[in-house]
Amino acid sequence: MTIISLNKDNMPVQREQDVVLFRNRVKEYAVKIKMGLVNQTKLITAASELVRNMLRYANGGEVLIEVVSRGRDNGIRLTFSDKGPGIADISLAMKDGFSTGKSLGLGLPGTKRLVNEFDIKSEPGKGTRVMIIKWANG
Amino acid sequence: MDRIPILRMGQFLLVTIQVDLYDRLALDLEADIVKMVNKTGARGVLIDISAVSIVDSFMGRIIGNIGVMSKLLDAETVVVGMQPAVAITLVELGLPLKGVYTALNVDKGMDLLRSIIQDDVDTADTDDDDDNIAE
Repeated sequence: MTIISLNKDNMPVQREQDVVLFRNRVKEYAVKIKMGLVNQTKLITAASELVRNMLRYANGGEVLIEVVSRGRDNGIRLTFSDKGPGIADISLAMKDGFSTGKSLGLGLPGTKRLVNEFDIKSEPGKGTRVMIIKWANG
Repeated sequence: MDRIPILRMGQFLLVTIQVDLYDRLALDLEADIVKMVNKTGARGVLIDISAVSIVDSFMGRIIGNIGVMSKLLDAETVVVGMQPAVAITLVELGLPLKGVYTALNVDKGMDLLRSIIQDDVDTADTDDDDDNIAE
């Protein structure tokens, strides 16, 4: 089934202080489509992980927040784009416990477990784009 | 500058986090708690996160660090009041939250801290036959 975008909002994330603002923005949208509390928490946690990656590894970037619909389902789609160094080996980065920084290495694989759809594209030297979707009833 | 207050309660420190922490605030809290444990010689730290709606891997790491650092200074850490949605998310994320004890609420957390410290006392002087009651 095709996914239709109902509402678009672009938000730049450049500084650490933007993280809380961004999380609140995502929450507003999630509440608006009547997403349950557990799914909201999962979505916002996933978003928080990705936005942190963007700040740490790429000095920030942009997030596209969309309300999407697929038949009767409503959901939130977030697209994180940065112009950072990119990820050389995506399958390695998707493994639990792998990190080039000093983190726990849960960001990408953990995020994938928290959302319904997850897509990552990265080109070394050009940047990274991560797209996630959480359905309200997913 | 914002700061999360750390209250002293007998031999314990009580921290209630009432806002969603941004990174700087969380890092400051980590340092403040460890300094405060050192200064007061506290035996336990109780952190109430009932108002926290998101614990991502960064926050989880901070909480774990607080536990491990306090432990090195001979204080135990109990995290209480975690929202069910946060617990569900943490498990799915795969965050182990090592180094800290958890309890349902402040009351139970206090009981837990008292019993852990009581156990320490018990094992320290084994010839003491008195019943130790933790109230």
